[in-house]
Amino acid sequence: MSDTHSGHESSGHQSSTALSPLADPGLPPHVYRRADTEPRAAKKAERQVAILFALSAVSTVAFVASFVGIEKDAFIFIPLFGSTQAQQLALGMTLALSLFLIGAGAVHWAKTLMPDHEVIQDRHELRSSDEDRQGVIEVFREGAEAAGLGRRSLIKRTLLGSMGLVTLTPILLLRDLGPLPGKQLETTNWEAGRRLVTDPDGKPLKASDIQVGAVAHILPEMPEGSELTLNDMVKDPVILVRLRPEDFNLPADRKDWVHEGIIAFSKICSHMGCAVGLYEQQTHHLLCPCHQSTFDVETGAQVIFGPAARPLPQLAITVDSEGYLIAKQGFTEPVGPSFWERSS
Amino acid sequence: MTTGKRIGGSVANFVDERTGAGRALKKNLGKVFPDHWSFMLGEVAMYSFVILLLSGTFLTFFFVPSQEEIIYQGNYAPLSGLSMSQAYASTVDMSFDVRGGMLMRQVHHWSALIFLAAMVVHMMRVFFTGAYRKPREFNWIIGVGLLTLGIVEGFLGYSLPDDLLSGTGIRIAEAIIQAVPLVGTYVAFFLFGGGFPGTIFISRIYTIHVLLVPGIILALITAHVLLVWFQKHTQYPGPGRTEKNVVGFPLLPVYMAKAGGFFFIVFGITTFLGAVASINPIWLYGPYNPSQISAGSQPDWYMGWLDGLVRMAPNWETHAFGHTVSWNILIPGLIVPGIMFTGLALWPFIESWVTGDKREHHLLERPRNAPTRTAVGAMALTFTMVTLINGGNDLLAITFDLSINQIMWFSRIGVFVLPPIAYFVTKRICLGLQHKDRDTVLHGRESGRLVMLPSGEFIEVHEPIDQYARYSLTNHEQPEVVELQLEDAHGVARPGSVKEKIRARLSRGMYGEQVQKPTEKDLLELEDGHH
Ligand code: HEM
Ligand code: FES
Repeated sequence: MSDTHSGHESSGHQSSTALSPLADPGLPPHVYRRADTEPRAAKKAERQVAILFALSAVSTVAFVASFVGIEKDAFIFIPLFGSTQAQQLALGMTLALSLFLIGAGAVHWAKTLMPDHEVIQDRHELRSSDEDRQGVIEVFREGAEAAGLGRRSLIKRTLLGSMGLVTLTPILLLRDLGPLPGKQLETTNWEAGRRLVTDPDGKPLKASDIQVGAVAHILPEMPEGSELTLNDMVKDPVILVRLRPEDFNLPADRKDWVHEGIIAFSKICSHMGCAVGLYEQQTHHLLCPCHQSTFDVETGAQVIFGPAARPLPQLAITVDSEGYLIAKQGFTEPVGPSFWERSS
Repeated sequence: MTTGKRIGGSVANFVDERTGAGRALKKNLGKVFPDHWSFMLGEVAMYSFVILLLSGTFLTFFFVPSQEEIIYQGNYAPLSGLSMSQAYASTVDMSFDVRGGMLMRQVHHWSALIFLAAMVVHMMRVFFTGAYRKPREFNWIIGVGLLTLGIVEGFLGYSLPDDLLSGTGIRIAEAIIQAVPLVGTYVAFFLFGGGFPGTIFISRIYTIHVLLVPGIILALITAHVLLVWFQKHTQYPGPGRTEKNVVGFPLLPVYMAKAGGFFFIVFGITTFLGAVASINPIWLYGPYNPSQISAGSQPDWYMGWLDGLVRMAPNWETHAFGHTVSWNILIPGLIVPGIMFTGLALWPFIESWVTGDKREHHLLERPRNAPTRTAVGAMALTFTMVTLINGGNDLLAITFDLSINQIMWFSRIGVFVLPPIAYFVTKRICLGLQHKDRDTVLHGRESGRLVMLPSGEFIEVHEPIDQYARYSLTNHEQPEVVELQLEDAHGVARPGSVKEKIRARLSRGMYGEQVQKPTEKDLLELEDGHH
């Protein structure tokens, strides 16, 4: 290695040092470690390294013992951490020690016993020489010439054309990743006459089941034999709130969407689709925990705080002949987050 | 010769005759690496990635990437009888019924956090010391790519167990995709195989998480390290260290032992964290159900800034011509992150354009000696910190008894006001430190000893510093401002182009203010004065 030299001997002091107080004095003189000069210190360091490695081995044995010896479902209580699976804890601690001690041993070895003379190596410019660059251009030119790229333009064009075309095939192949959206984002299972049932018990509700100030989590009642899938659960959930009828301050055309102070909104946040799961009883606010959009129940779930841009869609409700709450009609707008094709 | 040596020798011979490996090894085993604690940060990132590969492979043996709904009948009683996806059930099973399964999950998650944290801190080291300057711009860009992929990979992994928290995260990601004008709805339907959540996204992101992204990350890390190898590592300036040399320890044995040992140390610490500090206890969250939500939903920290941006966005939406554009999602979800990462990737080029500096740099710069760069970095970090804080606004509100409203407005205003403040403060601090360095060189180091002058006044004794320290404090360059050339080569007046004017302006901002470092003349004059 011609370009390597050991720093401290060769760096020397530049002759200019005496003249210029700011010139590079070269590497500072080497400081020897105790283990470099005292054989006893070196012997001691060697022992320390060996002990670290040996302790690692002991820890690995303890790992094996924990694996076979501790019951899977034994729990132990550790202050601060609570109740923990004893076996996982033992496996983790012993493995951590085994690994750490190998590392500590190796580093200690390197620091105390391996040579710590700094070495100087020269850097070389990365740029290739002008001849090399010229040579490359030459080779390319000759290659292109030999292949006749310049002369045989018919080949060149058909090659480029066919390569261009063949790259389109993946796009086609990926077409069946999913169906087109169609009207899926705009429809739910809610329709006129559909009963409101509780989530998750599926019980129909009468107005009298809900106290003033209470909320209920609601799903549409499905016909016998069909069940709500997770895809329905992204659109159908509704939250019911009962206030005193005089508390409302709704747009005129929505006054009769409310039944005896019971009002129903889509529970899917109009921002990014989380479940608007929190209700503040004193303020009559619905709150989405994801980004804290806050909707005011009295004014028809208008946004009063947070990043949501639209009120929660309201579901018009009434009661059927038996007195159970039902939807008067489906939602009049898409529920959930916005999308490009959404028209309002 | 012992038997061991003889066997070793013939194996080496066998390999070398077929590969010529000897030549390459001879050249490289003695390669010199400069030593500094901050050079270990990149290593931590790389080792964490190896730990992710190892622990992740273990997880694949037990994890079932399927959304098929089953009724849970495993050993964890609180979930008994609940309907859940196979993905969720298999993760719970792995946690409670596989010996070491919980540990491996925890190690995997912890190493993901460490991987990303190490990348960020490593990137900060590279930024604040100017290590990205020519010829290392490629590695800077590869680094930005790795960070981006790391974030994506972490998010996808977090989504795999299909618990309530991760499902909520995926729902939000889907909403961001869906908000893209023109194609968003289609892209979302293609990715999810139909409406959200569908039944196929877990198995799709599984392939991406265990094969595609790790493959790309591995390729990028390889390129990254090869470039370091060929370009040789940068080094901190100091006596004996120049642009033309590398001072450090040879790969064999010192560097190898330290780096190899350090891998085990990182692995050991990660395992220790996995053993004692439980993260992502998915069995407490329950399976994903779109109609449910847990209060205080938090993503992992490396997604927190994005969540914070989304939370503070103004609620703008445009409805026109039968279409909707959700600025409240697009700005924080795509536009701002796009600007952040593009700016990050282009920074080396922006800087070298402003400074007009096209030379190679192998010596690092101390942050104080590049005040503008340091200030820009502090500005970017402050911006990110404000968004990160807002990402935890609900937790902060509870912890410090504030209202979310207060934190939200603090963030909305702070995100514009605090970064410039950070810029100016940092720049002043850097210039102050330059002053201090100048004083130290000229008048020596404060010794902490006080003496009383005959006048009764106390002064602190200054001890002169040696030539090594003096060199360390004065070897940096102080570049000139690139002035606008208002005359051409023949002395004829010409108007500067807009581009040139911008550049002159920026260059003045960059170098206009410097504390002149001491020159030989300063020192000599001072000495004359003393005698
Ligand atoms: C940069 C690389 C990677 C990152 C940042 C990462 C991150 C994550 C995270 C945060 C989780 C959630 C863990 C939890 O708390 O449950 C996860 C899960 C998982 N990862 Fe990775 N991972 C990476 C690479 C890999 C690789 C290479 C594999 C496989 C070869 C893998 C396999 C898995 C599997 C099977 C799961 C689901 C099981 C579970 O969640 O416990 N990961 N990943
Ligand atoms: S999803 Fe409800 S506030 Fe964002």
